[in-house]
Order: sequence, then C-alpha cells, then structure tokens
Amino acid sequence: MTRILAVDDSNSIREMVVFILKDAGFDVDEAQDGQQALQSAQKTQYDLILSDVNMPNMGGIELVQQLRQLSSYRFTPILMITTESTKEKKLEGKKAGATGWIVKPFQPEHLVATVKRVID
Amino acid sequence: MAIDLSQFHDVFFEESFESLDIMEQNLLQLPTESDTHPVEPDSLNSIFRAAHSIKGGSATFKFDSVANFTHTLETLLDEMRSGRCQLNPEITNTLLQSVDCLREMLTILQNNKTPDESLYRPLNDELSQLLKIYTSETGTSAGIEPDSGTDTGTDSDKDIINAGQSNREQTSENTTSLKQNNIQNLSQNAQISGQYWVITFKPQPQILRTGNEPLRMFRELAELGELTVEANTDSVVTLNCLEPEECLLQWTLLLQANTEEYMIEEVFEWVMDECELSIESVAEQVFSERLLSIVKQSTVEPSGSRNPLIHSAQQLTQKSDKAKATKASSQNSPSIRVNTEKVDTLINLVGELIITQSMLGEIGEDFSINKLEKLKDGLSQLESNTRELQEHVLQIRMLPISFVFNRFPRMVRDLSVQLEKKVTINITGETTELDKTLMEQIGDPLVHLIRNAMDHGIELPEQRLNQGKPETGVINLSAYHQGGHIVIEINDDGAGINREKVKQRAVQNGLISADSEIPEEQLYALIFEPGFSTAETISDVSGRGVGMDVVKRNIAALGGTIQVSSTEGSGSSITIHMPLTLAILDGQLIQVGDQTYIIPLTSIVESLQLKAKDIISVAGNNQVFLLRDEHVPIVRLYQSFNVMPKQKQITDATIIVVEGAGNKVGLMVDELLSQQQVVIKSLESNFIALPGLSGATILGDGTVALIIDVVGFIHHYSRKTKNRVIAA
Repeated sequence: MTRILAVDDSNSIREMVVFILKDAGFDVDEAQDGQQALQSAQKTQYDLILSDVNMPNMGGIELVQQLRQLSSYRFTPILMITTESTKEKKLEGKKAGATGWIVKPFQPEHLVATVKRVID
Repeated sequence: MAIDLSQFHDVFFEESFESLDIMEQNLLQLPTESDTHPVEPDSLNSIFRAAHSIKGGSATFKFDSVANFTHTLETLLDEMRSGRCQLNPEITNTLLQSVDCLREMLTILQNNKTPDESLYRPLNDELSQLLKIYTSETGTSAGIEPDSGTDTGTDSDKDIINAGQSNREQTSENTTSLKQNNIQNLSQNAQISGQYWVITFKPQPQILRTGNEPLRMFRELAELGELTVEANTDSVVTLNCLEPEECLLQWTLLLQANTEEYMIEEVFEWVMDECELSIESVAEQVFSERLLSIVKQSTVEPSGSRNPLIHSAQQLTQKSDKAKATKASSQNSPSIRVNTEKVDTLINLVGELIITQSMLGEIGEDFSINKLEKLKDGLSQLESNTRELQEHVLQIRMLPISFVFNRFPRMVRDLSVQLEKKVTINITGETTELDKTLMEQIGDPLVHLIRNAMDHGIELPEQRLNQGKPETGVINLSAYHQGGHIVIEINDDGAGINREKVKQRAVQNGLISADSEIPEEQLYALIFEPGFSTAETISDVSGRGVGMDVVKRNIAALGGTIQVSSTEGSGSSITIHMPLTLAILDGQLIQVGDQTYIIPLTSIVESLQLKAKDIISVAGNNQVFLLRDEHVPIVRLYQSFNVMPKQKQITDATIIVVEGAGNKVGLMVDELLSQQQVVIKSLESNFIALPGLSGATILGDGTVALIIDVVGFIHHYSRKTKNRVIAA
C-alpha cells in the first residue's frame, strides 16, 4: 500500500489531509513540522511526502533540502502544500528539490488527483 | 460522495483562536513609542505564521470573509517581515485591532452565523491603506492593490476566492504565466482547443532528482485521449559513460484528444523550468503523417486506453470518484487538548488496576481465611491504584493558568493608554495548573481586580514622579500551588488603600459607627461589601462599587477566599486561595435524623455545643447565639430538609458554624461524623437544581449523601427568614 507522510503545523488542515487520503485508500502518517517529518522519514520509507511550507522548528523548504540529502529520498515525490500561488514562491520549493505543489485552498478530489499524479 | 469538511471546523476554530493568542502575545512584544528596542525577527515570524495559518485554514474551509481579511493582514506582515514596511505604534495598534476583529469574526462563524461586512470592512480598508502608504513610500509593489472602496474586495481577495472556486482555472492562469519563459513555439492564446496535438518534451538531465518521472506525465496525458509516444535516444551515451540518475531521453508525443491547451500544459506544470516544451495543435493530415512515420519505425508504445498501464490509471481515477465520505456533525462541543503523556500515564494506571483486579478475582475464587492477608494486600493495592487513577484523571482537566493570564498584557496595554498611565505587568507561575471549569470562572474576577489596580492603585506618571516612585507602575500577577490549593496574587506598587476614605464610606453606608476602632484587616475586608466604592469619579474602568462584592461572591462560589492587604503610599496586595478542582472536595460528614449530609471543610469555622443561656430568641421564631460579640443565627437543618431529627433541642444538638459570602450561620445537626474527600456528582442532570445543595456523593457503604452549598444555603435561608420576619 502507498505510504504517505502528511506534514502541516495546522491541526485542521493536517487532519483533513490525512482523512481525505485515508479515505482514498492510502496509508498515511502525519507530522507537525519539518523536524518531526525528518525523523519519521528516517524510520519509515514513504512513497510520497506532502508538506506545508510555513512551519515552526523546520519549514517545508528546509525539509525538502534535508530529505534530498538522504539516499532513500533522492527520487521520492515531495509535494508542497502552499497558499502562495505566485511563481516565485512555487519555484522556491522546486529549487529546494520538491516535485510539485498543490495550492491551498483545494478540494478533496483535487488533492487525491494530485497525489495520484506522482505515485505509481 | 463529497467529503464533509465541516467535521474539521471545531479543530480549525480551536487552532485559530490559539493563533490569535500567539499573534497578540507577540504583538505586545513589539517596541512601543517609549521603548524602542529592535524588533525581534522571531516575533514577526511568529505573527506572520499565525496569520498565514488562519488564512490557509479559513480559505480551505470556505470562511471567505476571514480568508480575505487575513490575506490583507498577511501581506502587510510580509512587508514588515521583509523590512520594506517599518513598524510603528500606529501599525501595531491596527494589527492588535485586527486580532480582536478576527476573534469576533471567528466567534460568529463558530456559532454558524455570518459576520456582517461592517464588522471587518473598515479595518480591512485601513490595512489596505497602510499597505498602500508604506509600500509606496519605499517604492515597492506589495502584490496587492488596495480596494477602491466600492468593490466587493481587493484584487488579492479575488485571487484567494478564485483559488477556492476552481483549481483548474487557476492552474491554467499560472501555467500561462510560466509558459512565456519556457515554452517554445507556443501559441499566445492559452485557450486553444483542438483534436490533434503534437508535443515535444525535452527534459533537462536532472529532472528525476525532483521526483518527477516522465512516465507518470505520459500516463496523465493518456487519460486525456489516445497517446502515441516516440522516444528520441540521440543523447543517450554508451553504457560505460551512463549516469543512471540522469534523464537523457527526449520525447515526441502525439495526442488525439478533444482538449484545450492548458489541460496539456497542466501535466507539465511542475517541470516547466526543467524542460523545453512545445505544444502544437495540428491538422488531422499532419497528425496522421507523423503517426504513420512513428508506426513505421515500429516504436509505438504506449498507446491509448488499450495500454495496461493506462487501463490501470483509469481504474485509479474511477476509484477516486467513489471516494466515500463519513458524515460527522460539527456541533460546538467543548473540547480539551490533553498532553499525550497524561493519557499514557492513565493507560498505565488502568493496566495496573486490571492486574490488581485479576489478583483479587483469583483470591475470591476459592477464598479461605488463610488468604486474608493476601486479600488485605490486594485491597490496599486497589485503594492506591484508585487514588492514583483519580488524581491523574483530574489532571486531564488541569490546564496551565496562562490560558487566563495571557489576556492581561494586552488588557494592561490598552487600559494604560485609556487611563494615561504607564504600567507594566509581570506575570509569574503561568504554568501553574488549574481545573478547566475553575479557569473559565476565575477570569472575570481577575480582570476586575487588575482593572481596579490600574484605575485606583497605580497613580498618574507625574504623581508617581512627585512621590519619588518610578514613572511606570508595576503590577505583579503570580500563581502557585500551596497544599491542595492554588494561590493567585495580584500586587501593585500604587497608592494603596486609603484607610480614612474606606472608614468614611463604611460609616456613610452604615457598616460601622463613626467612633468604632476596627482592625486594619477587617477594615479592608469592607471593600468587598455591596455598593462600596471609594473612587471619587466613576470611570469606564471601575468605580461603580458593584465589582468587588461580585468578585468575592464569585470566588466564594468556587470554594475560594480572597484577602487584601495594603500599605498606604506603596501599594496593595490581593491574595486569592482556590481549590484546584471542583470535582472533589474535602467534606465533613454530618448526621441529621437518618440522613448524612456533607459540608465542605473550607466553609466550616468551628463546631460547638450551646447552653440555654447562650441562645437568644428573636423575631419570627428565630434563634441566634453570641459568638465572640457576633450574633449568629441558628438554622435547624432538620427543618430545612424536612427530616425527623434525633435531637430537637438546640442544647442537645451540635452547632456547626459555617461561613459563606461573609455571613455566618450555625447549622444544628444531630452528630458530627468523619471527614473525607468526596467526589461531587451533579444532581442537575437528573433532578432540578435546588438552592443550598451543590450535588451529591456516594459514600463507602453505597448510600447517597447530599452536599451542602454553604453560600447558596445561607443566601436561601436569609431570604426565607426575611420574608418570615416581614410576614410576622
């Protein structure tokens, strides 16, 4: 089963993302910030990581940079969940090594469709 | 069926209120006019992140008014964070007002209503105006055009709403802006539709390193229609030079699909900056020729829905359409966030309880008298398990008092502006824990006490300077645990209580006679009398004399006490003692007839037996007795509860003197029993609320005992007696 790690410091958004993805049949773990996510990713190999950008302790951009340093996450899809829809903000994530992005607010169906774009 | 997002509303509101608290606390850390320490970037980042989080959540859950408001706010904060907009007290004030406004909006939304535009529009305009002023001063574009005032929202407002309405549309706009730099030979009009498409895709070698996989993109394209893929292997190097992490292939993709150009662009959206891409709508003839040349080269792969990969992709999509939703009601149920450590401890304790229970079960199965010692051990273990469990369950409801204290820095700041005084508040012990219910009820009395300290206690800056005091007054607010109680202290270095004024007012109100000499402590206690205020002018803040008696009554209702001490000229100190919880109390068991009642120990002054000569009969068939120069009425509990007593004569019975809300009465009971901790069970859920009773408990022998609410009882009794005297 596809294992996904959902990272967001907002409880409501994180709970919602987890609910939608579990409902779509994925196996989902959650983390509240980049630091927690990095620890989880080192223990478990995820097929996809979905991360918010602005978070305390370690933000999404740094998380992507750190993950790409790990040999097990060099090619793993990482999607940024962002409210920033400007080109610069999106490319900031890309430059750090993110696969793509999903812009908040999103519809549940759009989240599932986006996730399915990047998993086999 | 769509997923019902309203099930996440409660969590959203809870975290948004927390974010607002964080914003407020950090805004209060920002420098003021008189204090120009540099702005901590961490403070600004925290404020920004909190606003950003509310914006993201509110947009997701379709609270558009909040989303639009926070968007403007966030843009201004971002300007400040980047240093383009300089912070000043005016902006800080507007930001604090914005926090209040958002709090109000969220409260309205939480109650399933819609906030009126008049609530937030003026402030939103003010924020836009600030943004316009400060960004034009520095000559930057903030990415937001302030509203003209007549429109429904700013341009950025529309952006955020559009984003919620249609992701596809938005993506289209975004890719359109990207294509100008990256897409070669692309038509200027993004809305081109067609049936025959030729796409050339030349990714940069490092494309795989961002987790982008061309095969997945082709899979998506194949969902749009019939796809034929031709790989160009010209750049592929020999095996010994091959770098496996690099993508050296390039592709020509022939897509036969009734679609629009942006739908194809969307597939490549994430790799626009990592590839050369051209998308052409061609005539059928051109398409067929290209297709034929590929087929001739026998490199046809994969094509259309016959491809097993594509077939499985379609299955996946169908599965997503069937996404089920669990309906969950989004009622406003009060919730409490509990540290997982506390829950883990509980689980451990329950584990231990189960072990003890199985041990006792084993003893009970074939019990013989020689197992008595084991049984006793088991029972004492059960007792200790139960006690620990009880303590830890109560811990769950315990929250740090910072929940209440956090509002005071803001209040002090606002009030000092209003009163033209300079005041700082120091808070200590904010992590001291207190029961959630008590927490909710102690807030208002504390607000009143701090307002009083600021209004009556702390002097105006020039007065303070004249008296040789620092210009800025200090209020210290602290909390700590003492025994089974929490102690809250409020000290100020203001003027202190004017003894003479208190005395004069007490004489005017007929509380004392002009020539009476009463000790300082008792004199100060008079400020808690109804209608007592020594303030010369009534301000908005305090001075109406309706506060302190209510404060005392509220604290007494929570089982607490309040004391005041003061030194004229150097300040006052108010100390509140409260139980840590309302769920358990230390009680004195008493017997009246065949009934057992419980009196909270904290209310009991003393118990005594009266002689006939001590008893004085007064109007309305009432009796009082003299307790150290004070007349205390005698209340026959058997009459109040309509039970048959063992002792009808006052001299044969025991009198328990209890005090509540400053009044003493002597309760006549048959007998004093033991003292014990009792768990309070509410009566109101099954019966109507009765004045004078706070609940009931189940005693060790299984009988039910009523718990007397001393304050309520005295109140009820004095009203009844008054009526009886009037009638007589």
